[in-house]
Amino acid sequence: MTTRREFLVLACGAASIAAARKAGAQIDPNQQALRKAAMQEALRRVVGDAPVRRGRVRLELPPLIDNGNSVPLSVAVESPMTLSDHVKAIHVFTEKNPQPDVVSAHLGPRAGRARLSTRVRLADTQTVLAIAQLSDGSFWSDSAEVVVTLSACLEEGLI
Amino acid sequence: MARAIVNVPSQAKRGEIIEIKTLAAHPMETGFRRTQLGELIPRDIIRRFVCTYNGAEVFRVDLHPAMAANPLIAFTTVATESGTIAFQWAGDNGYAVTESASIRVE
Repeated sequence: MTTRREFLVLACGAASIAAARKAGAQIDPNQQALRKAAMQEALRRVVGDAPVRRGRVRLELPPLIDNGNSVPLSVAVESPMTLSDHVKAIHVFTEKNPQPDVVSAHLGPRAGRARLSTRVRLADTQTVLAIAQLSDGSFWSDSAEVVVTLSACLEEGLI
Repeated sequence: MARAIVNVPSQAKRGEIIEIKTLAAHPMETGFRRTQLGELIPRDIIRRFVCTYNGAEVFRVDLHPAMAANPLIAFTTVATESGTIAFQWAGDNGYAVTESASIRVE
């Protein structure tokens, strides 16, 4: 016979597992696959077949985001920014937004420092990716995992 | 109402790296939202931002719907000579705004 206490412990456990599952799958699997393909396509457009190495880039985002409609984001790339060795472009991509592209900045040695600060929208808990294209043709990247509690783009019927 | 704010230091030493902050007033409608009747709200965003220093382009940004409303763009440039730093925003529905700031370099 289940005591009242045991029943409550089981019920709470089941409820929290269900909540966790729901949080993990805010987007249905079909759409997830489509967005993954879109992301690959966007990456190919920027990078081509060149390898992307991790490092030199620092992507700064708050790890926990209350409101996905306006998220401060900054990207800094280690580079001397001289005529012969500088950052040509900084691209930011997201995994689960309706479109993978977020922002592309084109700069040169006259920027002095390879740094971009802006505010973006994030639709879901996901990984954000920053890629820097250097003047020697190499690509460097950094990614950040963020948890979004109130997502952008999902306010249907509110207006 | 189209308006933009830029923050550029009024003077700098030659060769100094200066920070520039820009903010454009724009709703950045994504094109993914719907009204209560289920109609898609058409996209209306700023597509491009360009910064020129005495006529030479120093910084350019391509914007997408994932940029927050009233897009903030902060970046740096080297103060090379006295003159004008000009900013241009261009977007959907013929949106075009220009702003400029003068800088004295010693």
